[in-house]
Amino acid sequence: MTVDTQTQPRKSRFSLKKLFQREGKPYTNPYLGGILLGIVLFLSFLITGQGLGASGTLSRVAVFVEDLVAPDHVDRVPYLLEMAGGKTNPLDYWIVFVTIGTILGGFTSGLIHGRTKWETTRGPNISNRTRWMLAFVGGILFAYGARMARGCTSGQALSGGASLSAGSWVVMFAIFGGAYGLAYFLRKVWN
Amino acid sequence: MTIFPLHLEALIGKPLMYLVYLLIGFGFGYVLEISGFSDSPVLAAQFYFKDLRVLKVMFTAIVVAMVLIFLSTALGILDYNLIWVNPTYLWSGIIGGLIMGVGFIVGGFCPGTSIVAASTLKIDGIIFVLGGLVGVTLFGESEKFFQEFYHGSYYGRLTLMDFLNLPTGIVVLLVVLMALFMFWGGEQLERIIGKKDLSKEPALRYAGAGALVVGALVVLLIGQPANSDRWDSMASQQERRLQERSVYVQPGELLQTMHDHKLNLIMIDVRPETDYNMFHIARSRHIPLEELPEYVGGFHLEPARTLFVLISNDETTSTQAWKYLVAESIPNVYILDGGINHWLTTFWDNEAGIEPQVADTADETLAFDFAAVLGASYVAADPDPHQWEGKIEYIPTIKMDLKRAPTSGGCG
Repeated sequence: MTVDTQTQPRKSRFSLKKLFQREGKPYTNPYLGGILLGIVLFLSFLITGQGLGASGTLSRVAVFVEDLVAPDHVDRVPYLLEMAGGKTNPLDYWIVFVTIGTILGGFTSGLIHGRTKWETTRGPNISNRTRWMLAFVGGILFAYGARMARGCTSGQALSGGASLSAGSWVVMFAIFGGAYGLAYFLRKVWN
Repeated sequence: MTIFPLHLEALIGKPLMYLVYLLIGFGFGYVLEISGFSDSPVLAAQFYFKDLRVLKVMFTAIVVAMVLIFLSTALGILDYNLIWVNPTYLWSGIIGGLIMGVGFIVGGFCPGTSIVAASTLKIDGIIFVLGGLVGVTLFGESEKFFQEFYHGSYYGRLTLMDFLNLPTGIVVLLVVLMALFMFWGGEQLERIIGKKDLSKEPALRYAGAGALVVGALVVLLIGQPANSDRWDSMASQQERRLQERSVYVQPGELLQTMHDHKLNLIMIDVRPETDYNMFHIARSRHIPLEELPEYVGGFHLEPARTLFVLISNDETTSTQAWKYLVAESIPNVYILDGGINHWLTTFWDNEAGIEPQVADTADETLAFDFAAVLGASYVAADPDPHQWEGKIEYIPTIKMDLKRAPTSGGCG
């Protein structure tokens, strides 16, 4: 009896700690995930005329910070001026809201499926520290390349691929080419 | 008129428009998460042929969206001219793509997936995003060293249909078939290298493949609307604007507009080359009617404050050009009222070298004789706005519409 009364309320009580430590459910079948992603992408084009994107927000957040620190500098560099010249707020732009939605959507799904956890995803043979360092360097490179190519896997490969932009297909194959070209040398990192 | 894409800002205002984008983003983030894209080893497995999840999700999404897009355009629900098609910059695209590939295999994410990973509290995802912020800043600071390269090899709004010179339906079908072949090959690789048991894969995927092929065949069968179909769908509304003459700009207003620096004025002279060489309005471009289609893609990429004015000797050819551009959903297109002949009647001012002809009977012929082939070097080609101020009366017609087509993608 005493054991029961002690365990019963604890079971039903909402525990924040438990919410973030559940066993993660397996991922959706990739084809089904692709169909759903395709429908989201189509709806985006249908309703707004725009595809999806992500890297655009990175540059706008970066320019926003730069504009706080050195507004004169932003007003002198043409590339930055376009996004944040004078009184223009670089965050007053549609892609920023897509990204806020992306964060909320990812967080919600992770929570529902027990995958929102404070952890590091990495290959089995490297330390967390190495993984973090590589993630940082990879982030710099990817974002630099994304600016040069005017879009990343979302804005170019996915969106431009579906709207049949010739240049986007070139960018897509270049991304896969670059990754496959270097994959062999980094096999210890991921396997 | 096609209904989609919606002109959200005009319909519901900016706050609600941003809410729509937020909801779309929510779907994007949710689907990326359930597909396993917040897990870097899952993403990287693609490049060791063990688990081709990335390829399957991405290409399924691309072909599903593509088939739906081109079904909608074929049925006249969606206007392809008004959706964002990434312009092609060949070499910056290739080099940027290769750098991205390196970043992908080193960092284990791409920007979209890193944002989802960060949102599910993956420490490496958060660090990748921070690295991304550094990367875009570095680009902003270093772009000045290779501006020519960055802006070079530009091909405008080039589609696969333009590049392959094939009809849309064929391209859609080819892309679907290519994707299905890649899925088949990918599954074979997973079986051989990843030691996967393919019999556990759902048989429903064959039905999906069939549906995509059928969809592509329907797109091929219906075909995409031609310029004349597009015109027919809007003719009643647009013919009225022509009859009311609300799209004809009188010479006085055009002169004023030429000196309005808030506008990006593009004057298009559609007359034969000989007439254009003889005399044309300063800063007007010569594009004969039959070459107009090649310029439509570029016109769509012009900024929102762009005003197009079409010019011929009288009005017949320029009105034809107007119908063409309006049917292609180009916003803010006007016609010079009375053409060059009306312009010269207004601004001739007894200029030496230009003689009015006694009778100008035929349509679309010049009503003036010129002593020399001087193009825009005549005074009447570029009248001084101060000299004419208050001397010409006109009824203003130009009303700038908000632009419906996006002028930049998710990357600006």
